[in-house]
Amino acid sequence: MILSVIATTALLVLSLFSFISMKDETVTYSMSAWSLPYGIVLVQDALTSFILVMVSIISFTSLIFSIQYIRHLSMDWKYYSLFMLLVTGMNGVIITGDFFNLYVFMEIALFSAFALVAYGSRAEEFEAAFKYAVMGSVSSFLILAGIAVTYSATSTLTMAKVAEVLPSIDQKVIFWIGALFMAGFVLKAAAMPFHAWLPDAHSSAPAPISSMLSGVLIKALGIYVMIRIFYNVFNAPEIFTEIFLVLGTISIIIGVFLAIGQWDMKRLLAYHSISQIGYILLGMGIATPLGILGAVFHLFNHAIFKSLLFYNAGSVEMALGTRDLRKMGNLMKTLPTTSQTSLIASLSISGIPPFNGFISKLIIIIAALQAGLPWYAVFAIIGSLLTLASFMKVQRYGFKGETTVESVENKVGWRMKTAMIILAVLCVATSLMIVPGIQEVTLDPVVKVIADKTEYIQLVLGGMNGN
Amino acid sequence: MIVYLLCFVLLLVGLYGVITKRDLIKIILSIGILGYAVNFLLILFAYRKDSVYPILAKGKEVAQMVDPLPQALVLTSIVIELGTTAMLVALAIKLFEKYQTFDITQIRRLKG
Amino acid sequence: MQQNDGMTLIVKTVTRISVWMILLYGIYIIFHGHLSPGGGFAGGVIIALAFLNVLLAYGRKFNSDWLNISFLHDLESASATLFLVIGILGISLGGAFFANFMTKCELFALLSAGTILPLNIIIGIKVGMSLFLVVWVFAGTKIVKGE
Repeated sequence: MILSVIATTALLVLSLFSFISMKDETVTYSMSAWSLPYGIVLVQDALTSFILVMVSIISFTSLIFSIQYIRHLSMDWKYYSLFMLLVTGMNGVIITGDFFNLYVFMEIALFSAFALVAYGSRAEEFEAAFKYAVMGSVSSFLILAGIAVTYSATSTLTMAKVAEVLPSIDQKVIFWIGALFMAGFVLKAAAMPFHAWLPDAHSSAPAPISSMLSGVLIKALGIYVMIRIFYNVFNAPEIFTEIFLVLGTISIIIGVFLAIGQWDMKRLLAYHSISQIGYILLGMGIATPLGILGAVFHLFNHAIFKSLLFYNAGSVEMALGTRDLRKMGNLMKTLPTTSQTSLIASLSISGIPPFNGFISKLIIIIAALQAGLPWYAVFAIIGSLLTLASFMKVQRYGFKGETTVESVENKVGWRMKTAMIILAVLCVATSLMIVPGIQEVTLDPVVKVIADKTEYIQLVLGGMNGN
Repeated sequence: MIVYLLCFVLLLVGLYGVITKRDLIKIILSIGILGYAVNFLLILFAYRKDSVYPILAKGKEVAQMVDPLPQALVLTSIVIELGTTAMLVALAIKLFEKYQTFDITQIRRLKG
Repeated sequence: MQQNDGMTLIVKTVTRISVWMILLYGIYIIFHGHLSPGGGFAGGVIIALAFLNVLLAYGRKFNSDWLNISFLHDLESASATLFLVIGILGISLGGAFFANFMTKCELFALLSAGTILPLNIIIGIKVGMSLFLVVWVFAGTKIVKGE
């Protein structure tokens, strides 16, 4: 347990250091000293460092939260090994520059996720883990078929060389490859047509695992890989960005409609994950630099406030022993830290100024209007209003309700409070990232990497010649 | 050309099994068939006309060989699917312990 | 399992004759991994099958007296650690992670091709022990009714 805390702290420090000290450059590292066309490279540019910072913040706070939560549920040391494997798999997916290496690390992360969802040994957890495992396996096979077709068309597996060779092959093959990859990764990212595993898996898992899954796993495995493949390798053809727009909009509307009628607190939060992923896909589909800025910023914000919401749900469950909203009430006096941070997080996700959710949603809506797509902006605004309505429901029934709670079974310890307070402070602090002085340091290099689409080739191959 | 069509038929058979069967063990076997189909597709893409196997023994001279890279990819992929199948079977055993049935229409406690 | 005693007498006798041949075949495939098809994974699976043959034919109770299960657990963890140690040695002696730093002798001999041979042996041991232990745990579960 101590080793894992040291490891995540070291990871957080290293990723912050690399993000700050390396603004525009790209670092490549070839494994086993094989030179570029034959070996596997690891690439780190601005987008990679940004997402690494996000993953390490969430995993650090999740580990602090879970030290006490697991002692209450009487689990043991195997949880920490699986947790470290999950972080390993996600870091591997983010940093690699080779298609098959991505597949192997993605499978490592998914194995640990399946095992961690089923960790509590209750009946619903096994059913949810089985559904997640079957759907995850089918989508992994589709991704492997996409990698096979890519290899057959371009006879190389490195991402930069595929991007270089791509204009010289038959254009119809690109539709096949894009369709197979999109079918696989949209299931991993839980957008609309393939979202059915998400409510069961995220509501039955233990609370720190729910926050890791919903905060970073669906984003690092699903959205980040789609950004890499469709923007840096394929040069963003029109038909795929239109599909992103449609899928994103459907996810926003249907996710929020399904979430309002829920009475189980974690299931409501899981349905909101679907809706917020719809916002990110909408921002990616607009394909102008402002839209990409909104999408990347919303990715970072959603990780922070959704994890905070899941921690609140976990501490409420630990204190009261139930997750049903109708049975809670009047928690403002008995759990002060939980209810105040929950208020901050609910205001963030609904898009109230001055929290960070407001700024990222505003950027996405302005980008949609500037690109000449007004109907999508209307749908985004409707989704935001309905999100506000459903979180008002959570606040009223859960924290200010009528039934009074006499006593609390287990106290919320100082470690869980620390994790929640860190994330609440970050909620307010990241809204400062849009101030123009700070934006050039943190967010602009990221957008530049994505928006100059095939500059990626020059960065990787040029770096190899000087290596 | 016929071989590619047969590979696609195998993929459809596996997908049909995952979608429509009601027994847990049959779903696990259909995922196995889906894995065979995708590995087969990978190996089919490695074939070159009139070539020999890509192993150089002591007395032979260098001739034209089939592509050995997808064969390495398939080895890794088979090991990963072995791990997935082991985990699915372990989950099936635990599900039988809790629900006393293998029928997936009866294992439906999470709704809505 | 219904009979804790294992299978019939014919199966037990044939297993006693043939299990060492399967083990020897698995070791042959591991050791010639850089010269002919096979290597670590395939050889490891065959070694696991050799142990599994004894488990199926003789029953679980006999096997737990004959093999030392905690030694197999330690062997598996030790081979994973040794794999990582060879990788890190690659950094110091070769310049990158997992670089090939041993000498490459003449072609087609048994002791050529650098670090591939020790890595094959380590992977063979690990895969064999993992598969056997997974099936061992499956064979030991008892169905407990209720939640």
